[in-house]
Amino acid sequence: MILELMGKYGRVFLCGGLVCLIGQLLINKTKMTSARILVTFLLAGVILEAVGVFEYIEEFALAGATIPITGFGKSLAAGAIEGARIGLFEACTYGMRAVAGGLTAAIVFGFVFALLFRSKSKTA
Amino acid sequence: MKIGAQTYLPQRRAFISLVADIAGSDEALGNLREYIDTAIDCGEWGCSSHEKTETRMREEIIRSLLEKARLEPKDIDCLMGGDLVNQIVPSTFSARSFDIPFYGLYCACATFGQALSAAAEAVGAGMNNVICCTSSHFATAERQYRFPLELGTQPTPTSQRTVTGAGAVLVSAYPPKWRCPEITAYTLGKIVDLGCEDVNNMGAAMAPAAFDTIRAHLRETGRDESYYDMIVTGDLGRLGRELLVELMQKDGVGEGKNVNDCGCMVFAPGQKCGLGGSGAGCSSLVYCAYLHKLLVSGQLNRLLLAPTGALLSKDSSLQGESIPGIAYAVAIECR
Amino acid sequence: MIGRQEYTALVRQASPRTNEAKTLFAAFCVGGIICMIGQAVSDVFTEFLPLDEKSIAALTGMTMIFLGALLTGVGVYDKIGYHAGAGSIVPITGFANSIVSPAMEFHSEGIIFGMMARMFGVAGPIIVSGVCSSVVVGAIYYLVGVAV
Repeated sequence: MILELMGKYGRVFLCGGLVCLIGQLLINKTKMTSARILVTFLLAGVILEAVGVFEYIEEFALAGATIPITGFGKSLAAGAIEGARIGLFEACTYGMRAVAGGLTAAIVFGFVFALLFRSKSKTA
Repeated sequence: MKIGAQTYLPQRRAFISLVADIAGSDEALGNLREYIDTAIDCGEWGCSSHEKTETRMREEIIRSLLEKARLEPKDIDCLMGGDLVNQIVPSTFSARSFDIPFYGLYCACATFGQALSAAAEAVGAGMNNVICCTSSHFATAERQYRFPLELGTQPTPTSQRTVTGAGAVLVSAYPPKWRCPEITAYTLGKIVDLGCEDVNNMGAAMAPAAFDTIRAHLRETGRDESYYDMIVTGDLGRLGRELLVELMQKDGVGEGKNVNDCGCMVFAPGQKCGLGGSGAGCSSLVYCAYLHKLLVSGQLNRLLLAPTGALLSKDSSLQGESIPGIAYAVAIECR
Repeated sequence: MIGRQEYTALVRQASPRTNEAKTLFAAFCVGGIICMIGQAVSDVFTEFLPLDEKSIAALTGMTMIFLGALLTGVGVYDKIGYHAGAGSIVPITGFANSIVSPAMEFHSEGIIFGMMARMFGVAGPIIVSGVCSSVVVGAIYYLVGVAV
């Protein structure tokens, strides 16, 4: 039981770490800024899901694949694919529906925390 | 009096009779901790925005300069200054508090050099007392040029940290009773661009401008680099200084042995400042807090101060433009 | 004065390099730990909440976004990011950070044109590219489905 748990979390750590390591390599080699990195990984998630590979990665990596922003892209694509079975309108809108929770949380928490806190000058 | 394509001697003697400075809490813990007049306690200093903090810093030092000089605002002919914020708001807003004619200047981090040259020129043209004040604040500059403060980004290895600080000098036609330096020559800068595009490598973008102005200054005054006890650039940082020395040696201008940089002087080793300090307040803070005191005490006699500026905006770099640089050289000597 | 090309070469040669090993190691560890926290949150929800897999996934994402937003609010996330780089940018908490940090930054410009308008200064491209790409994927799947 413990061993099983350790193995699972070890996998999550390794895979999640690996995704971030690729991101860091991109930063070091290309001087990409954070918005570009996030867009790149999001699109990678969308494409991997669209070609049907993401589920195999997710099966192995678990949160190591879904917690990075690739998971957000995966949800978008998965929602769109699900909608496409119903109709064109659903194909276009179900992507947003699938990530509605995450986006709502980001915007609401963003607004609330901006009301509560202000950015501070940083010490050297 | 014009003595070369870019270099002038003041028509009347222009003394830098008094200085005042203020520094952020990190700068006050840096290399110059023993020299700094006033330090603010935190990045905000009780103000509701960082722009207001910078404005308040300027008000404080201009007021303290007037007090030290025992002058009223009406005795000052002109207040000159600039900073890095949109439309130089801290400069103009701090000037609201004083009933003094105002010249707003902008040349990014070279503004202090621009202001000193303009002051020497103005004194030559008949003004008697001119105050030059430039400032910068880490938080306002981050917002102006980079990212939100709370965004978790990693600085690149060539980045520099904007100095929170300001310095104000009184340039006067009247010689004070004490030993004090004067502006003996000034060289206006040209915009120089050798195609640097990395916004996180300002030192490399500005080094050619510093080189160009220093070379013009030495050539047109007929002086050798050894004439000066110190040649101090504004905010090239460690990489920019290295590049400047290399350019000087390649061109045969000099060895660059007495070249130093305000950005390299501000922070102590171990502070998270990348390759050094930067900002419009960097050269004014270092001059007012440190170099001026060396001149007054006699540890330095001849100083060439060459504040450097990188003339970019957030949009110009997104449009793929390279970063032009500028430097003004001001010879400050005790005679 | 030397030419542009020569100077560019000089700058490249003189510029200090990123400490590859250190930054990669930090990104790997921090990224891995954030993902492990996400896994733990998901496991706890699965254990105690009577919800389907999809809802658990969404709830996990929302919890992580909350954590990222909170750490940004109290001024800790940027310190993590200083060392971790991509390790704290790539996880969903980094997305939260990219929304909360500009909103906080423009607190002083007021609620409407400060916080609300500037909130998407960093994350805007992520939302736009995500929505557009999902529409493209949906449309392709729909058209392929119709054709077959």
